[in-house]
Amino acid sequence: MSGKRSFGRFIQENAVALIFLIITVAAIKPSGLSLEYIGQEMIARLGRDSFLVLALLLPIYAGMGLNFGMTLGAMSGQIGLIFAINYNITGVDGLVFAALAGLPVSILMGYICGIVLNRAKGREMVTGYILAYFIDGIYQFFVLYMMGSVVPIKNPAILLSRGYGIRNTLNLEGVRQSLDDFFLLKVGAFTVPILTFLVIAALCVFIIWFKKTKLGQDMRAVGHDMAVAEAAGIPVDRTRIIAIIISTVLACFGQIMFLQNMGNIATYNAHTQTNFFAVAAILVGGASVKKATIPNVFIGVILLHILFVVSPRAGQNLFGSAMVGEYFRQFIGYGVIALSLVLYAWRTRKANERARESLRGPAAAAAAAGGAK
Amino acid sequence: MHKFKQLVTDFGWPRIIIFFFLLLLFVAAPFVRVRIDASLSDMFNRFGQNAVFVLAMVPMIQSGCGLNFGLSLGIIAGLLGATLSVQFGLVGFLGFFGAIVLAMPFAILLGWLYGKLLNKVKGEEMTIAMYVGFAGVMMMCIMWLILPYTSPNMIWGYAGKGLRTTITVEGYWLKILNDFLTIKIGPFFAFPTGELLFVAVCAFAMWLFMRTKTGTAITAVGSNPDYARASGISSDKMRTISVIISTMLGAIGIIVYEQSFGFIQLYTAPLAMPFAAVAAILIGGASVNKASMVNVVVGAFLFQGLLTMTPSVINSALQTDMSEVVRIVVSQGIIIYALTRKTKVAK
Amino acid sequence: MGQESPLLSIQHISKEFYGNVVLHDVCFDLKAGEILGLVGENGAGKTTLMRILFGMPVIADTGGYKGAICIGGEEVHFSNPFDALDAGIGMVHQEFSLIPGFTTTENIVLNRESMKASLLNEVFGDRMSILDRADMRKRAESAIDKLGIKLDPDMLISEMPVGHKQFTEIAREINREKTRILVLDEPTAVLTESEAEVLLKALRHLAELGIAIIFISHRLHEVIEVADRIVVLRDGIAVKDTPAKDVSVRDIASWMVGRTVAAERANDISGKQFGDEILKVEHLWVDMPGETVRDVNFSIRKGEIFGIGGLAGQGKLGIPNGIMGLFPGGGSVQLHGKTVALNEPRLALEMGMSFVSEDRRGVGLLLDESLEWNIAFTAMQIQGRFLRPVLGGLFKLRDEEGMRVITDEYVKALDIKCTSPKQKAKELSGGNQQKVCLAKAFAVRPDLLFVSEPTRGIDVGAKRLVLDTLNRYNKDYGTTIVMVSSELEELRSICDRVAIVDEGRIAGILPPHAELAEFGLLMAGERSAAAKEAVDA
Repeated sequence: MSGKRSFGRFIQENAVALIFLIITVAAIKPSGLSLEYIGQEMIARLGRDSFLVLALLLPIYAGMGLNFGMTLGAMSGQIGLIFAINYNITGVDGLVFAALAGLPVSILMGYICGIVLNRAKGREMVTGYILAYFIDGIYQFFVLYMMGSVVPIKNPAILLSRGYGIRNTLNLEGVRQSLDDFFLLKVGAFTVPILTFLVIAALCVFIIWFKKTKLGQDMRAVGHDMAVAEAAGIPVDRTRIIAIIISTVLACFGQIMFLQNMGNIATYNAHTQTNFFAVAAILVGGASVKKATIPNVFIGVILLHILFVVSPRAGQNLFGSAMVGEYFRQFIGYGVIALSLVLYAWRTRKANERARESLRGPAAAAAAAGGAK
Repeated sequence: MHKFKQLVTDFGWPRIIIFFFLLLLFVAAPFVRVRIDASLSDMFNRFGQNAVFVLAMVPMIQSGCGLNFGLSLGIIAGLLGATLSVQFGLVGFLGFFGAIVLAMPFAILLGWLYGKLLNKVKGEEMTIAMYVGFAGVMMMCIMWLILPYTSPNMIWGYAGKGLRTTITVEGYWLKILNDFLTIKIGPFFAFPTGELLFVAVCAFAMWLFMRTKTGTAITAVGSNPDYARASGISSDKMRTISVIISTMLGAIGIIVYEQSFGFIQLYTAPLAMPFAAVAAILIGGASVNKASMVNVVVGAFLFQGLLTMTPSVINSALQTDMSEVVRIVVSQGIIIYALTRKTKVAK
Repeated sequence: MGQESPLLSIQHISKEFYGNVVLHDVCFDLKAGEILGLVGENGAGKTTLMRILFGMPVIADTGGYKGAICIGGEEVHFSNPFDALDAGIGMVHQEFSLIPGFTTTENIVLNRESMKASLLNEVFGDRMSILDRADMRKRAESAIDKLGIKLDPDMLISEMPVGHKQFTEIAREINREKTRILVLDEPTAVLTESEAEVLLKALRHLAELGIAIIFISHRLHEVIEVADRIVVLRDGIAVKDTPAKDVSVRDIASWMVGRTVAAERANDISGKQFGDEILKVEHLWVDMPGETVRDVNFSIRKGEIFGIGGLAGQGKLGIPNGIMGLFPGGGSVQLHGKTVALNEPRLALEMGMSFVSEDRRGVGLLLDESLEWNIAFTAMQIQGRFLRPVLGGLFKLRDEEGMRVITDEYVKALDIKCTSPKQKAKELSGGNQQKVCLAKAFAVRPDLLFVSEPTRGIDVGAKRLVLDTLNRYNKDYGTTIVMVSSELEELRSICDRVAIVDEGRIAGILPPHAELAEFGLLMAGERSAAAKEAVDA
């Protein structure tokens, strides 16, 4: 009886992940790709994307929803990398330099983002999304006009021919896969970038540890109920800003890891879809606006990317057009985000109604009134 | 002094800044050899092209659904209408109005579904609208590839199927509104009378609608849903009506845009269009929950004026293309400004 | 602690809001280990007094207070609730201030968690310390033990029965080491009788440990049972300060409502003639948050002014809101013998009923719209008035002229102070907003008008005017009026009969000239024989 109910609940809570799993499994066969190939791709993509997706966790704990503003961190990371190339610092040193150069920028960006989101309580997600666009404009201004004219750039190879502004594509030869290749291990048919995974594991340990700190507990409290947290003396706005700053900094590091694996930067485009892929991944992994865990991140990255790998081929083989698969995976990405948000908003409303009905009395009233105001 | 302050507050700082910036661009134009008459002509034309989109924002803002980031659904309906019209070989006014008529069933259906959805997710409308719009556009990308269109003007020649990314409407209804009663002054200035007339008719119809019983109820729902409910109004129904109207206007808007622009742009082209419309109405002085016809006209003029003048003037002056940066910073900046203003959050 | 040194001393406290005196020269002492029962009607000043004691910013924002508060013999000044907490005052509010997704332990020690220092403390401060969950649990358990009750420290609040939530709140206050004084505002309101029983026992247990308790409740028998001393507030004055021994519920009830000046009745009802039965309500229940109606029966005759009184939270507000369909409800309501469909505001309006909501700004007004809109809107939507056909009846547009005319009419009739009918509703004062709400209700020309708390938050002059207006419409147009109010005097001054609601039921219906103590008893949930007789009569 209770087993049956909990099974039903499991289906309900993981509807998005399950639907996705079915689509993905169904698409593997028509793609004609071998499992070995897919497996190796997944290892590479886990190393490439997990860090970025992990950056989304803290704002979810703090009740700020999916941090679409993480793109700000990605841009900071790219600025760090541009400087690393400029000074021609290579290898892991180059990555560390990029991270250190991106750090102050991402802290500033996170602070700005936190202040803006505090002014838009209740609509953090749409505001974060638009803010990412807005800062993109500033980023373009800085990289395309300031660099090389106001900000000294000594490496002419990365400048546009007109003498200032950074080229559209930068080659990351010096740091390409330096983290991944630092320590490669052959496991059966697969090659595993050990150091990359160690860095990701370290971040997971940090997040688990962080949740046990006072600040982590405060963040949870703020995420559950801002009014109660405020009444208990927790500095709500400050805590929210800290959550966003940490997320932005992690996104900065994550973007550096992502780009070292890719091997080059599309200076003006690399960051534009960062938030889209990260958010889609965590939702596919079974997270919601209010609840996310570390396993959600890894399940999500794997599921989303299997589909990304197989869908163009499946589209080619099924419809005779690779574009169908290409569009399909984007449709799925956007669709998953829309579906998760809808399910979440709809479930919250239902749960509120049920709570009201089951607790006919002043108690429910107090809770409902507290929630409504 | 006090009166001046009041005036400024009423009009809003962002508008004043943008207005003076635009004025400055016009003053500067002759010095960098940009023709004012050509610029004005361009500005009127772009105003006409985009005003219907901006108008489409009004009903949903008024009913409390917020900014319609999902306008792309209406645009999709309009694209279906336009492609069908070309497919059927309709030309001239018949082609243009045929496209609108053919688009309406899709717009009503999509709007109805979209409205139902938004009623289920009150409080989260804007984020969800945005992603529903994106997903809809991507879905249609697949449809454009596999729908059985046959008109040789529209499909890829080499594959024999699948619609092209851009389809010309030349020979069908190119500039059908623009060229209607055009007033030409000199070689560089043309006043697109027909297009502006059409916009005026749409705006007037909306103005009338907001004054009917239903329109009044829609405004009341957006202003205070509890008051409306206590007066016997079903807020879900009014919200759905407002979403349907907004979607229909989105469909009409894209067809107006295409006849002037000259091409039907398919696939991912509609992704970014809602943002421009949202930015325009906010520049016009609307807030997240109040918008008027004045906001539409002022907003469309200022925003399109800016988009016309910055590339030509700034680029000529600085010998570099800054227009993209200006466009992003102004349009997204104004949306953030509106979202972070202290307003009652509808729950 | 000697008898001579009170722990808390309230000395000559007075407070006024914008010239409105809500507390006048209130004095009382509280000794360690003593339980003080504080009783009074709504608006008697209990809440304001507690706000002053707790240092709520709203007090300072409205001009502060006169008098002094001494704790342990020293005068204290609190600028915010955290100062009060530091001084050892714990407060349990009527609404729960708990985080549903947290466990009992986490809630009890919220923002006072036990911590173990970590390396990062040096750099980032205390907030990077690790929580010491074992110690947190130990502290929570000890607080629960002090209460002398059973509570699972690891249970989530969201899964608890209401009673346990209340205990968690109290345990949280006790967990503060400094807490010496505990204020409980209607702690039993949400509890079942057996839970309340346990709570009272826990309070006595705490008192034995030396904690002083201020217990605010409208359940008078509980006050008598648990308190050592009782202070009665009436109209901001402490009218009685007496040991709880040998005091009866009836005594307290009469102290609570007793007025020195008899209510002045504006009109004489003896000559009033009523028509047939217009409204019949049977077994009505309404799920209105905070004002649950459980089982209400009454019947009203045409031309009557029927009053509904009772204390806050007992369900009197739920009655009109339920009948008008604004909150989910059930049971049978008949108007003119025809069944009223519940949960459908439109149908209720169409049948000729109208409602002035107690939530003026939330439900009653379109704050951002003009007075014309506010007044004409309901009539336009329900009755299709204020619309004029255009283009030979092709469609109809708002009749702006008609809206202006009727607005002008009501502005004059109700003396609404405004710059023009186009002024926005939010720019008016409270009293004038209330008049706009009345005008809106009158504009649909109802047979039956519900008015809920029509004089709440408005000044004396406006109050008089609102009541006179109701009276006039009743007399001139024969409009039947159901008036719900917390102010008993107001009900007695214009109603033909007054029903008192207690715990979601009608405790009794009295004629307006009935003895005050009778009303007081009904409000306190003590149904007397006299009251029953009055219902039958």
